[in-house]
Amino acid sequence: MIDPRTSIISKRLSRISRIIAVSSGKGGVGKSMVATTLALTLVRNGCDVGLFDLDFTSPSTHLILGTNLRRAKPKEEKGIIPPTMNGLHYMSLVYFVGEKPAPLRGAETSNALIELLTITQWGKLDFLIIDMPPGIGDAVLDMVRLIKNIEFLIVTSPSTLAFETVRKQANLLCELKMPIIGILENMKMDTGNYIQMETEKLGLRYLGEIPHDPQVEATIGDQPKLLATTLGKQMRHIAKKVSLTKKSEE
Amino acid sequence: MHEWALAEAILTSALQIAEKEKLREVTEVTIRIGELQQVEPSILRFALRELKSEVFRNAKFHILRAKTTLKCHVCGTSWQFDLKKLDKATAEAIHFVPEVAHTFITCPKCGSPDFEIVKGRGVWLENIKGAK
Repeated sequence: MIDPRTSIISKRLSRISRIIAVSSGKGGVGKSMVATTLALTLVRNGCDVGLFDLDFTSPSTHLILGTNLRRAKPKEEKGIIPPTMNGLHYMSLVYFVGEKPAPLRGAETSNALIELLTITQWGKLDFLIIDMPPGIGDAVLDMVRLIKNIEFLIVTSPSTLAFETVRKQANLLCELKMPIIGILENMKMDTGNYIQMETEKLGLRYLGEIPHDPQVEATIGDQPKLLATTLGKQMRHIAKKVSLTKKSEE
Repeated sequence: MHEWALAEAILTSALQIAEKEKLREVTEVTIRIGELQQVEPSILRFALRELKSEVFRNAKFHILRAKTTLKCHVCGTSWQFDLKKLDKATAEAIHFVPEVAHTFITCPKCGSPDFEIVKGRGVWLENIKGAK
């Protein structure tokens, strides 16, 4: 018995120039905020962008985007086509479960992920941004196994605890020879440079810092407000810094 | 019509096997579909016919069904999936991503959503035959 689904995944993603997993060893460092803001920033820069929420058990990007789940539904056409909102192609398990919990074990997470990668018709995109669940479990291993050209953007908070999990993740990804765009320090509250120094010791690029901004919470569900925050402004610099532009502009 | 995406996956996978086995023609493809995903055999068969490449020109597609067995991780109860107990929207959600069954179905004995889909989940390629 062979699972035929994995054979088609590379074809489904073949028209996407860059696939970026926004990831962290630790939860609570602002991955979903960063992933969503990055996706919206790239849309604002004129790119064709998809956002895929892979945090099946704790999805939140739909809340950040202010998605109306009663109106936004994937269109069924030789698979499923993600709804487009303000120019962003958006896919999440929440279309199928709403706000109800999806208690999935590891193998089931993998199966759901493979199913969505098999049936989702993304079409031609400049970027697919993936909001990863925390840790180095099934989702990371599946991404490495199934998406050969995936790149990782790692998010940490200034906390040593967060960074130590990020260090493990970075070491794992380096051992697996996966490209890491760099490490982004989110929610910074002081002027120390511990994260920058440790990132450079790992031989990785320090993408910059995003100051802790209490106003971000009030922007949940309001995309223009989110892009106007310090996070939104910093993301424009970071996107430019790591050449996240349309392929034709490179 | 999400069966089209699955049909494409079946044909791609079968072609990879045919190439590995150095088959010049595929004569039979046996597919097993689990009832949990509620794949419509007639649509799947139509999609396979429309999408197939030259190597499958004379291939017969056998589509077999598998009953779905679920087993509770908490109390060990095994039971059969019953589509009739679900409303249309829930059945459709499970059709797209069978794992969302964990959101809508619970163990009939202890009420836990923590169960295993033992068999009959989705689409499997069971066998292919061909000529070298």
